[in-house]
Amino acid sequence: MISTEEVKNIASLSRIHLKDAEAGILSQDLEKILDYINKLEQLELSGIDPTTHVLPLKNVFRKDAVIPSLKQEQALSFSIEQKDGAFKVPKIIE
Amino acid sequence: MKLNQRTAHELRDLIKSNETSVDKIYAAVRTQIDKSEKEVNAFVRLQEHNLQDLKPKQDLAFPIPIAIKDNICIKENETTCASKILAGFKPPYNATVIDKLLDSGAVFIGNANMDEFAFGSSTETSFFGPTKNPWDLKCVPGGSSGGSTAAVAADEAIWAIGSDPGGSIRQPASLCGVVGLKPTYGRVSRYGLIAFASSLDQIGPITKDVTDSALLLNILAGHDPKDSTSADCRSINLLNTRNQRSKRSSQNQEIPDYTQSLIEDVKGLTIGIPKEYFVEGMDPEVKDAVMASVAILKDQGACFKEISLPHTEYAVATYYIIATAEASSNLARFDGVAFGLRERPSQIRKNTLVDMYEETRDKGFGMEAKRRIMLGTYSLSSGYYDAYYLKGLKVRSLIKQDFDTAFEELDAIITPTSPTTAFKIGERANDPLSMYLSDIYTISANLSGIPAISIPCGFSKKGLPIGLQIMANAFNEEMLLRIAYSYEQATEWHKKRVNL
Amino acid sequence: MNDHQKQFETVIGLEVHVQLDTQTKIFCGCPNVFGKAPNTQTCPVCLGLPGTLPVLNQQVLLHAIKIGLALNCNINTFIKFDRKNYYYPDLPKGYQISQFDYPIAQNGHLDIPIKGEEVKRIRINRAHIEEDAGKLIHDDAGNCSLVDYNRTGTPLIEIVTEADLRSPQEAYDYLQLLKLTLKYLYVSDCDMEKGSLRCDANISIREKGETQLGTKTELKNLNSFKAVKAGLEFESERQKQVVLAGNRVIQETRLWDENKGITFAMRSKEGSHDYRYFPEPDLVPFTVEEKTIQEIKEAMPELPSEKQKRLISQYQISKYDANILIQDKDIALFFEQCAELCPHTKKICNWLNGQLLQELNTRKNTFRDIDLKPQALTDIILNTENGIISNLAAKDIFKLILDTPQSVAALIEKKGLAQVSDDAELTKLADEIIEQNTKAANEFQQGKQNALGFLIGQAMRKTQGKANPKLIGDIIKRRLIDAQ
Repeated sequence: MISTEEVKNIASLSRIHLKDAEAGILSQDLEKILDYINKLEQLELSGIDPTTHVLPLKNVFRKDAVIPSLKQEQALSFSIEQKDGAFKVPKIIE
Repeated sequence: MKLNQRTAHELRDLIKSNETSVDKIYAAVRTQIDKSEKEVNAFVRLQEHNLQDLKPKQDLAFPIPIAIKDNICIKENETTCASKILAGFKPPYNATVIDKLLDSGAVFIGNANMDEFAFGSSTETSFFGPTKNPWDLKCVPGGSSGGSTAAVAADEAIWAIGSDPGGSIRQPASLCGVVGLKPTYGRVSRYGLIAFASSLDQIGPITKDVTDSALLLNILAGHDPKDSTSADCRSINLLNTRNQRSKRSSQNQEIPDYTQSLIEDVKGLTIGIPKEYFVEGMDPEVKDAVMASVAILKDQGACFKEISLPHTEYAVATYYIIATAEASSNLARFDGVAFGLRERPSQIRKNTLVDMYEETRDKGFGMEAKRRIMLGTYSLSSGYYDAYYLKGLKVRSLIKQDFDTAFEELDAIITPTSPTTAFKIGERANDPLSMYLSDIYTISANLSGIPAISIPCGFSKKGLPIGLQIMANAFNEEMLLRIAYSYEQATEWHKKRVNL
Repeated sequence: MNDHQKQFETVIGLEVHVQLDTQTKIFCGCPNVFGKAPNTQTCPVCLGLPGTLPVLNQQVLLHAIKIGLALNCNINTFIKFDRKNYYYPDLPKGYQISQFDYPIAQNGHLDIPIKGEEVKRIRINRAHIEEDAGKLIHDDAGNCSLVDYNRTGTPLIEIVTEADLRSPQEAYDYLQLLKLTLKYLYVSDCDMEKGSLRCDANISIREKGETQLGTKTELKNLNSFKAVKAGLEFESERQKQVVLAGNRVIQETRLWDENKGITFAMRSKEGSHDYRYFPEPDLVPFTVEEKTIQEIKEAMPELPSEKQKRLISQYQISKYDANILIQDKDIALFFEQCAELCPHTKKICNWLNGQLLQELNTRKNTFRDIDLKPQALTDIILNTENGIISNLAAKDIFKLILDTPQSVAALIEKKGLAQVSDDAELTKLADEIIEQNTKAANEFQQGKQNALGFLIGQAMRKTQGKANPKLIGDIIKRRLIDAQ
């Protein structure tokens, strides 16, 4: 049902580099899990609303009031690489 | 009894009567850690404290050593979700519960081990190696909060906090013979809890008895303006007003004092036993222990009735759709750009940027994390959304409806916490589906948002703990604590200690 | 039919992102400001650090409702947020919080002026709230890219039109009116140079009469109003050439190169997008009460097209003048203040739309930067109309007043700018001029009307512009005719 090729596509969408061996294992695993999940097909779901939040909360806001930001060195304190006050990443080509 | 074997409320009383001090308790915990941690591996890292730091805590409410699950952010302290991808990450902020604990005087012992990003039911998927069950070191402690529950069971911490997206507090509490409570969704702030499944996660207490559970919940609970999904219970509309039973005595208070629920009285309460929970796959010893517990509560005056939660068998499937979809998105930020791990392949494969993403996430995530991220990505992806994710949300409605209906005539529901006692390390590691089914009894409470507690209710012939799960309606933690406390008064299970 | 006789039609839809003017960002308390040192306006929330959670800034929702109403949209009374998942270094969480199926506003329109009295209705498909991403700086020398997260979490509203625009000029006009409308609401400064208004365009061509849409390209990097027009013109022409050459337009994202004046396909193709939208579990839904909508409606300022209509009928000015006035809400208001003091509304328009805009332009000021009182301008106009000062002097006075606000009367007095209108004095002057310019005087007497102008010019020069030009002209003429 779920091919190694499909697994590689999902991996690419998930930004995970998969080695061929892993792709094989994962395709078997996912197949098994999806097979199990497919038991939901037994249910008649027309007219059932989806639940995205279990609590009936709504309209939770904050006031438009400033809270001091981190200092630049705090913001960069956990950075992997930094340069000129910015987070440094490999060159991006547009 | 050694100091570290005592409960937090006992220690608090001893401090108050000047029979002990914060540093003595801390020393006792550290001695235990020196002795047993090498075998148990409950912590991914320990925090050292010196006497000067501890002294000022003496006068605060609970200057008690506590283990913090490694997915709850402590400012400038490495927090990694037991994953390689967060190696070295020191958050510049405290989780809301961490601030609350600090205000109460808490002494942080260390970051407790866990399944990587809480993906697991055995604490075997940790990048830092598995935690062992203190009752049998060949067995898993359960998971994902297995480090927290093992630390408490091994007396390496007096109490602990964990997180529970699908049973991650209750199932390991059951397997380690301690008390684990998952509060109502929205009862405790999630701000600073590194999300696995945002609509399911809750932080909760892991303790040696029910009294400590109430005390620790008192510290943790409450509305947080930083968490849009945390409930402000002064708005009464949150409660199921249809149901008179779920009305709490403390309805108008934001946070009730949970110790008020520590009363030995279950007379007249109606407790349901869902028939769908007692089916094949359950260890007979577990069933016997649960039925024996029911008998005790009956003796105390509770009424039991068999009920049906008809959509129970779909809970695990529903959970694995919703939880992994949310996780696939929540874990997208671990990409090697700003923080955590960054890896790059030696040769260009696609382009420098995509290569960095893919290599970082390949090297940084373990197999189970990859499995779940990919499952979640799949169920959200174009063409599959309706068949998986949307369907999951709809079945979630049905499962929640089961509970809403049940609680119209019930005060609580009792089930086993886990179908089996602790299993052997490695036994289910290569069979994800059988691992997922470890949470078959705990997952529904998360899907419905209701509170649930696991308390020790016996031991198997092999000496492994068995847990009893009690569920109540939303925001009715008081009912859980009341029943659990009553039961605890009639039993001795919670007094058993491992000697390591 | 011969290819070259084919008539093409351009079909354009615009997606406009507007940064909202609030004190703080959309989901955290960081200041919403532009132009600060990199990564100084961030916090754990907008940096997307693990464990952090968003909380919606109430002002953002109020601004969005205001915009939706101004664009004649239906305001949805139930809205929610969704995650749009994609990987890019300027997006710290790996998803953007946006709105997918329940946006704040839908099904609106904006009527743009076309020739004469006509307008054209541009339908607005939707307007939704979302968060801005950070900024990427490409460091070629360092062979790396740098990320600044200051902009991350700036509140945005994305306004999407239907494919109703039929030329680059219409797109330009729509954008101008949209910007003006938003500026009237005080919800954004809409400055394309600062990136507070950004525009992407979907463009395709088709043969006239064809009802199916052609394959579109998405045009990005349109960083100014001029670029929107130029980029669309280029792209429309390029697509025509592709089709005329017998090829097919490829669906792709293209970038406008301002310097070269061309569009080019983006190099980094990310494959087909699959944004995997799903409801944001960290934010609860929102309901908009009818009462709130009513309150905002009632507090809604007069919008540009309404203002234009009213100015025309109330002050009897031309559509052309009214259109210029409304381009700046402050100037339009100033016009009305002047009109209270002075009946010469056409003259006021001339001053505001001519001299004032010219001065603002040379001074690189906005109207808000200068201190001009309505009384000052109407004094200048009335003094000119009454012949007290010449037009030339009036212009000088205007400049002086913009430099330093002061009384017009005092300035005329101090600088001696009042015109000489005294008959005896002017007659004496006329005689002097005739005597000194006999050649021109003779020419006039022989019927050369031009010569009179020369003589008037001489009189003006002699009096340094103070002679009333109309009066002196009349007197010179009379003296010359009398002398014949």
